Amino acid sequence: MSSSTEHIEEPLIKGNPSFGKITSVISRISEKKAPRMWYVAISITSSLAALMFVSIGYLVWEGVGIWGLNNPVGWGWAIINFVFWVGIGHAGTLISAILFLLRQKWRTSINRFAEAMTLFAVMCALVFPGIHVGRIWIAYYMFPLPNQMDMWPNFRSPLLWDVFAVGTYFTVSLMFWYVGLIPDLATLRDRATTKLRKFVLGILAVGWHGGNRQWKHYELAYLILAGISTPLVLSVHSVVSTDFAVSIVPGWHTTIFPPYFVAGAIFSGFAMVMTLSIIVRKLFALEDYITLRHLERINKIMLLTGMMVGYAYSIEFFIAWYSGNIYEAFTFINRATGPYAWGYWIMITCNVVVPQMFWFKKLRNSIPVMFVISILINVGMWFERFVIVVSSLANDFLPAAWDYYSPTFWDISTFVGSFGLFLTLFLLFIRFAPIIAMSEVKGVLPEADPHHHAQDHDHKEPNDGH
Amino acid sequence: MKEDKPKIPRRDFLKTFTEKVPKLAMAISVLAAADFLTAQENGAYNPEEHNYGMGIDIHKCIGCGRCADACKNENDVPREHNFFRTWVERYVVPVEGEAIVDSPNGGIDGFPESKTEAEVLRTYFVPKLCNHCTNAPCVQVCPVGATFVSRDGVVLVDEGYCVGCRYCIQACPYGARYLHPEKHTADKCTFCYHRITKGLSPACVEVCPTSARIFGEVGLRSSPLRRFARANDTVVLKPWLNTKPKVYYAGADGEVR
Repeated sequence: MSSSTEHIEEPLIKGNPSFGKITSVISRISEKKAPRMWYVAISITSSLAALMFVSIGYLVWEGVGIWGLNNPVGWGWAIINFVFWVGIGHAGTLISAILFLLRQKWRTSINRFAEAMTLFAVMCALVFPGIHVGRIWIAYYMFPLPNQMDMWPNFRSPLLWDVFAVGTYFTVSLMFWYVGLIPDLATLRDRATTKLRKFVLGILAVGWHGGNRQWKHYELAYLILAGISTPLVLSVHSVVSTDFAVSIVPGWHTTIFPPYFVAGAIFSGFAMVMTLSIIVRKLFALEDYITLRHLERINKIMLLTGMMVGYAYSIEFFIAWYSGNIYEAFTFINRATGPYAWGYWIMITCNVVVPQMFWFKKLRNSIPVMFVISILINVGMWFERFVIVVSSLANDFLPAAWDYYSPTFWDISTFVGSFGLFLTLFLLFIRFAPIIAMSEVKGVLPEADPHHHAQDHDHKEPNDGH
Repeated sequence: MKEDKPKIPRRDFLKTFTEKVPKLAMAISVLAAADFLTAQENGAYNPEEHNYGMGIDIHKCIGCGRCADACKNENDVPREHNFFRTWVERYVVPVEGEAIVDSPNGGIDGFPESKTEAEVLRTYFVPKLCNHCTNAPCVQVCPVGATFVSRDGVVLVDEGYCVGCRYCIQACPYGARYLHPEKHTADKCTFCYHRITKGLSPACVEVCPTSARIFGEVGLRSSPLRRFARANDTVVLKPWLNTKPKVYYAGADGEVR
C-alpha cells in the first residue's frame, strides 16, 4: 500500500490506549458495581421474559387456539418469530468466523457481543418451534431417540432438518464463543479480588496462563472452529428457508429462498449488532473501542445485504410472471395489493428504501441516523417473514377457505416476551463477561505489529485499507 | 441326604394337580382361541389387495351438504365452521371475470342466494375431501412420520404420534387438513377407514342422495369407481403439482381449484 499521507485512516482503536488500559477499562465494567440504569433495565426485561413464560404456560394448558390462527393460516407469529430470531442470530458467527478467516481486523471490537447476541437470539428462536406444536409434551418425538416403538423422525421433513441445523449452529457458536472467551476470563480471574469470583472464573478459565504453547493451541483451535462455523452461517438459514421452499404453497415454493434468506439474515443480524453496539458504547463509554470506523463498516454491509434482499423481492415478482403460473402470480400481486399490502409496503420501505441512505458518507457516520435505520431494518425484516408466512397461507389454493389472520394478545405477549428474554440474557452478559475481546483488541493495536515503529503510522496492515 | 427335603404328600400333590392343571389348560385354550379368532378376522382383510379412490360427479351434486354433515357425525369432527374432513364448495362463474367460490359452513346449512351482480354463466357445486395422493406432499413434510400412506392407499394420521406442528396442514394443496381443537393433532378424511376395512362405504358416500360420490378400488376393473371413470371424462385437481391424487372429478371445468 502506498505510504502517501492522504490514505491514513483513523486507527481502529482511538486514543492510543496502552495494553494495561484496555484491560482495566473493559474488565472494570464487570468488576465495579452495576450502574443504576442496569438494574432498571434488567427489571423491565426480566418482567417481559416472565410474561413470555406465563404465555407459554397458558399455551400449554389451553393449546395453540389461543393464538390468532385460523384454518388456512396454521402458522402464525410463532414461526415468524422463529425465523426472525434465527436471522438475528446470524451476524455473530459471520463476524466471528467469516470475517476472521478474511482477516478483517475491525471485527475485534464487536465480535464478542455479536457472538453473545447470536447465542441469545438462537435461544429465543429455539423457544418457538418447541412451543408452536399442538402437543408440546411430546415435542421430543422430533429428536432421533431410540424408543420401544421403533419409530424414527421423518428425515425427509425440512422441519427435522431445522432441528439439526439450528441445534448444530447453537452448539458450534457456543463452543466458538467460549473458546474465544478463555484468555479474557483468565485476565478477569487474575484481577479477581473476591474468593467467589476467583473460584468461578478459575474454573471457567480452564487453567489458562498465557504460555506460548497455550497460545499456539488456542489459535489453532480458534481457526478450526472458525472453519467449522463458516459453512454453518450459510447452512442454517438455507435450511430454515427449506421449511417454506419444500412445501408447494404458492409464494413459498421458490428456488431462490436459501440465498435470499441468508442475505436477509445477515442484514437483520447486523442491524441488531448495530442497535446494541450503539447502546453499549454509549452506556459504558466505549467510544474509543467501538469507533465510527466499525460502525461505518457495519453500515456498508447493511447497504449491500439490503440490496440483495431488494433484488430477491423483485426477482420473485419476475419469476411469478415469467413462469406463467397463475397461482404464483396471484400470490405476489396479492402481497402488494391484497389484504396484507400494508405489511408488504412496510417491508419494502424498511428493507429496501431506508438503507439507501447509507450511500451517503455523512449519513453512514451519523449515530442517530444509523440507530434509527438499524431498528427500522429489524422491523422490516420481521415484516418480511410476516408477509411470507401469512399472506401465502391466508390466500392459498382454496378461495373458499380464505380468511384474514390477526394476532391475539397471546401472540403479542409471547413475541414481546421473547425480546425480554433476549435483553435479559444480554444484560447479564454485559454485567458478568468481558464485552469486548480484550486479547484480540490488543492484537490490532499498532504496538502489536512486529513492524511497528513509534510515530510511524504508515505501516498499517495492507488489507486494512478499504 | 435327600431325606432332608420337605416332601409333598402324594395325596396332596394329586389333589392340587387335578385341580389346577385343567384350569390352566382352560385359560391357555381360551387365549389361543381368541388369538386364532383375531387372526381369522385380520386374515379377512388384507390391505395389500386394495387401493382405494373416489369419484365425484359434479353434474350430480345438488349442494345439499349431507355428506359434510354425515362426515362430522361419523368421525367426531368438531361442529364449528372451520373444521371439515369433507365440504361442498359452490362456484358461481360469471360471463366475465373471476369465479366466486364459497362454502358457508361447508354447505351443511345449504347455500344462501349468490349476491353477485354480474351476469352468471353457470354455477355448480364441488364436494371436496382429502385426495389421498399417491405422492402426498403432507407425508413428506411430517417431521415425526405420523402421517403416512397406508398399504391400501389411504393417507392416514397416527393420532398417538402427531405432535401437532401443522406443517402438513400448510403443505396440502387441497386444504384437506385441520388441527383438531381437542386432540391437538392434525385430522383429515380417512375414507372412513373403520368402515371401508369392514367392506362398508364411507359415510359421505352412504348418505349422498344423488350418488354423486362413488367409492371403490382404483385397480379393479369391476369396481364402481372404474366403471365411473370409463363412463365419464374425469380429471384430478392440480395435476401439475405431481401429487397423483386419487379423487377423480367428472364435469370439473378449468375454474375448479
